[in-house]
Amino acid sequence: MSTGTLKVTTPTDRDIAMTRVFDAPRALVFDALTRPEYLKRWLLGPDGWALTTCEVDLRPGGAIRYVWEHRDGRSMGMRGVYREVVTPERTVATEQFDDPWYEGEAVATNTLIEARGQTTLTMLVRYDSKAIRDAVLKSGMERGVEVSCDRLADLLKTSGVVLRKA
Amino acid sequence: MPSTDPLDATFAALADPTRRAILARLATGDASVTELAAPFEMSQPAISKHLKVLERAGLISRSRDAQRRPRRLEPQPLAEVTEWLEGYRRFWERRYERLDALLEEMKSTTRAKSRRRRAPRPSSKGTQR
Repeated sequence: MSTGTLKVTTPTDRDIAMTRVFDAPRALVFDALTRPEYLKRWLLGPDGWALTTCEVDLRPGGAIRYVWEHRDGRSMGMRGVYREVVTPERTVATEQFDDPWYEGEAVATNTLIEARGQTTLTMLVRYDSKAIRDAVLKSGMERGVEVSCDRLADLLKTSGVVLRKA
Repeated sequence: MPSTDPLDATFAALADPTRRAILARLATGDASVTELAAPFEMSQPAISKHLKVLERAGLISRSRDAQRRPRRLEPQPLAEVTEWLEGYRRFWERRYERLDALLEEMKSTTRAKSRRRRAPRPSSKGTQR
């Protein structure tokens, strides 16, 4: 598998899964995912949003606190609690936004697998219901894009279809 | 949870691997129920049930050919779901591209540190007595 291709799938009604290969050993990727000085460098929001507060207590039961701030003064906070920490293989943590734009809390599982110096990261987020999962997906939607066969082909790939000639 | 959102119906219809495979087949051209049933170890009534779900979600339609009534793919609802996934994917891809750059930097820092550890210190010999 080559690096740089992000796959988004919906393995069940309540899940969103993302898989991405990084050209770095697992220990480094794990640090980048769990240490504030690194998280602040990449876990940014859309354009104009910076991760200004980032606190991570990396142990089971430990708290996570993120606050993103926009140039215009808006802010958005998220908190969570680690349920499992297996350095450098796996973390399981809850996540909930301060000003909830979806109900309940989500549970995010990061799994890191290293092969030949590269790391495959899978992030699986499970929401309380299908309706909430769909709302999260909708939030990333960009309207007004032309319907095309390419996009259809992409969807079929994303949905895990293996095309068999009938 | 009952919902009237047509996009929810699309997601429910797509949650089944057989139905996704049927759509993948129809993406290559219209097909009759018999043709659609052929690659699966399933009875025609079982396939017909899946087709009904897909039809209710607006993902397929029947064409006018009265003899075979072939099914046809309706791209609009699929395109909307694709847009969701694609928008979400792009958002995370931008984050991960920044993570790529960070990891390159971390790798070169790690390499530089291990080089310093391996290399004999120029001053160490001079201080030995």
